[in-house]
Parts: sequence; structure tokens; C-alpha cells
Amino acid sequence: MNLKRKSIGAWLLILAVVFYMGFLILAPIISLIRGAFEEGLAAAWESITSPVLLEALILSLKIALLVVLVHAIFGSLVAWVMVRHHFPGKSLFNGLINIPFAISPVVVGYMLLLLFGRNGLLYPLIEKLDIQVAFAVPGMFLATLFVSLPFMIREMVPVIANLDRAQKLAAATLGASQWTVFWRVIFPQLRSALIYGISLTLARALGEFGAILVVGGGVQGRTETTTLYIFRCIEERQNIEAYTASILLGAFSVLIVSFADGIKRAQKRKQTMASIDVRI
Amino acid sequence: MERSLAHKALKAGWTQWMTRLPSFLYLGLMIIVPLMVILQDGFREGIGELIHQITLPIARHAILLTVWTSALMTVINAIMGLMTAYVLVRYNFPGKRLLNALIDLPLSIPTLVTGVMLVMLYGPQETMGAFLSETFGLQVIFAPPGIILSLLFISFPFVVRTIQPVLEDLDLTQENAAVTLGASPWTTFRKVVLPALVMPTLSGSLLSFSRAVGEFGAVVVVAGNIPLKTQTAAVYVLGAVESENRLGASAISILLIAISLLVLIAANTLERHWGAHR
Repeated sequence: MNLKRKSIGAWLLILAVVFYMGFLILAPIISLIRGAFEEGLAAAWESITSPVLLEALILSLKIALLVVLVHAIFGSLVAWVMVRHHFPGKSLFNGLINIPFAISPVVVGYMLLLLFGRNGLLYPLIEKLDIQVAFAVPGMFLATLFVSLPFMIREMVPVIANLDRAQKLAAATLGASQWTVFWRVIFPQLRSALIYGISLTLARALGEFGAILVVGGGVQGRTETTTLYIFRCIEERQNIEAYTASILLGAFSVLIVSFADGIKRAQKRKQTMASIDVRI
Repeated sequence: MERSLAHKALKAGWTQWMTRLPSFLYLGLMIIVPLMVILQDGFREGIGELIHQITLPIARHAILLTVWTSALMTVINAIMGLMTAYVLVRYNFPGKRLLNALIDLPLSIPTLVTGVMLVMLYGPQETMGAFLSETFGLQVIFAPPGIILSLLFISFPFVVRTIQPVLEDLDLTQENAAVTLGASPWTTFRKVVLPALVMPTLSGSLLSFSRAVGEFGAVVVVAGNIPLKTQTAAVYVLGAVESENRLGASAISILLIAISLLVLIAANTLERHWGAHR
């Protein structure tokens, strides 16, 4: 094939792309790692074990895990309804799901303040219930919930649409109860998409910044998550602290997503193998 | 199949509503209610006041800065994304797998971290930043180039990942025929490959534009917050909220939502259109 032997033009093109990606993506990552260890390992270690950062990390994880739990349940439910149900206005329903991608995080935080702030529409309600939402953790939870809404649904929709109906019918015909059919036949097919959706949601939730800055205020020890901690460090010119925390957060997010990616790929391989088996 | 569908339709009783109702409530409460509230707040003094808020000098500057940096980013991203996708699909070279893995990194790196990285690399006290400003007089951080770079970083995957699958599915026989008939590689690309990629490139670019207009985390660190200079629209909203300029915050928010949504709808329409033709 003619594409095998590369002309000079082809090599130039490859070189241009390698250079561009190196300059755009790799160089900033390397410089961040270099910056974190600028003052030696000891300084980096000290900043990464600071109790303030630990507190921020715990708050981030708490919010993110709760968000993941809600989306895993309701996101799957919404995906199921989108695939299996037919009703008037369904395309509008589908369009709604992508809206969080199109709204600036700052605006998301602001919308929540409008709802739950002192003059907010829902303020009387939460006052009666005696919960504080604005400038408190519940508001930050809602903000994170909003910005990470689409991930779970978008992962689940194609898998639910491709569910193998024959297997389900076979299991039911052979006398399996509905519960058994769900756990033994349907759930295994959904598992890898579920894990992938959860990881994307988790990474997005841990990295959320703009919305929780606006709605939470970033008060140290009360509403400071990891990203807000990094932002405060930058403003206070505590560079090493900001860099090490950034690496920690970035590496954690990348690891989560690549782990899920590996699982997804492994399942895909298994499925292709299975389909080859059947054909033989 | 048909009978089971009919059966299902008849059975659309309470079991269906058990799943349907919570879904409607969830999306309604999460998305429609906040949107309604902000619309109501922005328009409460009439559309004239809304326009007045948007055209105030500082606000207008922030909006224009946001739109032009996003637009320039989109153009660069379209060209480089197209090139990257082409190289990754059509050529084999050492390090290709690493390159392919790098593309998705911006999706998992928090945008605030992106901003921190760019400040680390191009900041005025850093080697690279000092070099650029001394030799070329180019200031990156606290200036528009930094905004464009951070937007490029976060939206790089959008164009590449939209084009890649289309290019992979493209029929090679047409390209081979063109080459056999004596067309130069460039002519082959322009006349055979490019027409198939116009729609996905456009749709991916629009997607990245819609994402860039509202970007905050990466931009606030890189651009700083200097009104009439490097303040983008999202940063303006933050300032307006903090100084309790509620009308201003709502007006600019509504404009931002409107721009992003319109562009997103355009991107989705394009995608459906080209998907139907394929």
C-alpha cells in the first residue's frame, strides 16, 4: 500500500503533530513536576503532608463520592428511560442532558446562590428545614452534582441500547426469576460502562473548581476542597504547595480514568472473543 | 417484536412511571429550575436593562475578549486537530501509542491544574516565560496568548476524537484510486479525504467553542483578573457576584448560556445531519 512508504511531506506532518502535542500538552505537565521538586524532595513532601491539604482532600472525596452515588442511581435510571421509553417531548429530554456541558461553572454556582441565597427562591424552605446551602457543603455538593450530570448518562445509554435481549429471554424461559435475570444476565453487561461512568464522574467531581468557589466561598477548614486549596495557595504565592497539590489531584484523576479505560477495553476484547467463539 | 411493542404500550402503567417520574423530576429539578431562576432574575428589570448591563464598558470588554480568544482557539484547534487525527490514523511511527494516550489527558486533568501548569511554564519568572518575553517581547501569562493556550489545552481532545472514527471508517479504495490515477498526495487529501472530514471537524470545533466560552478554572489563573485587560466573561461574573452586582451577574450569565447553548445545538444538529448521510 502506498501509505507504507512515507514521503518527506508525511514525515514533516508527523513531526509537526509530535511537536505541537509536546509543546501543548507534555511541556506544561513536565514543567509542573519540575516546579514541585524545585526546592527538593523534603519541601515537596512537607507540603503534600500538610494537614490543611489533607482536610481539603477529605472534603473533596466526601463530596465526590456522594455525587457519584447519586449519579450512579439516577443517571442509570435516566439512561434507561431515554433508551426504553417513548413519550412526547423525548428529544427535548435528550437535549437537556448536555446542558451542564454548555454552562460555565461560575454560572452554575451563581444559579445555586440565586436559588438558595438570602433572597433566593428556595431560601424560606431551607430556612424552615434549618439547613444552610449557600456558602456551605450542601451547596457545593449540588454544584458538583450539576456539572458532572452528563457523564454517567452518556456512558449508560449506548450499553442499555445494545443489551442482549436473547440472553435475557433465554434466562427467563429457563425459569430464572426477574432478580436473577437482572444480576446474572443484565448487570454483567452494564458493569464496565458503569465503572467507566463512575470514574469519569469522580474525576470531574474532584476537579470541580469554579462552581464550588462561587457557591462555597472557599473558607479554610469549612468549605475548602482540594481545588480551592490550590487556588488559595496560588493567590498567597505558596508555589510549592500549589504545585504538589496540583500534581496529586491531576495524577489521581488521570489514574482513575485510565484504570476505567483499561477495564472497558478488557471487556470489549472479551466480548469480541466471545462472538468469535460463537461463530466457530 | 411488534406484538411485544404493542403489549408494552398497553402496559405503560405504573411500573413505567416508577422509572419515568424520578427521571423527569431529577432532570427538571437539576436543570430546568436553575435555568428558569436565572432567566427570571436577568429579565426582572426588562430587556433594556439586561442589554445595558451587557454593554457596560467593562462587561463588553470581557465578553469581546472571551469571544475572540475562543474563536481564535477554535480555528487553531480545528487545523491542528485535523492534522493530528490524520497522522494518528494514517501513519505508523515510533511513539504513536504514547501520542494517542496523551490526547485524552486534558479530559481528566482538572482545569485549575491546567492553569497552574501554564503559569509554571510561561510565568514571567520562569525560564520559558522570561525567554519568550525577552527575545520576542511576547507575554503569555496575564495576557491573551495565555488564555488561548489554556483553552487549546482543555479542548484539544474534542476535534481529534470527533474526526478519528470518521477517518478510520473512510474507504481507502478511493484514496488509492486517486493516487493510482496520478494525483499528488495533497490533491488526494484535498479532493478525496477532506470533503468527508469537513462536517466532523466543524462539529468538533463548535463543541470546543461552546466549552471554551464558559471556561473558568484554567483561565482565571492564567489571565488574572484585570478589568478591561484580561478579564474574561466568566471571571467578570465571579467579580459581579462577589460585589453583589446581581443584575450584571445575571445578564452576563444569560448571555454566556445563550452563546454556549446555541453553538452546542448547532454542533449537535450538524452531527445528526452528517450521521444521517453516512
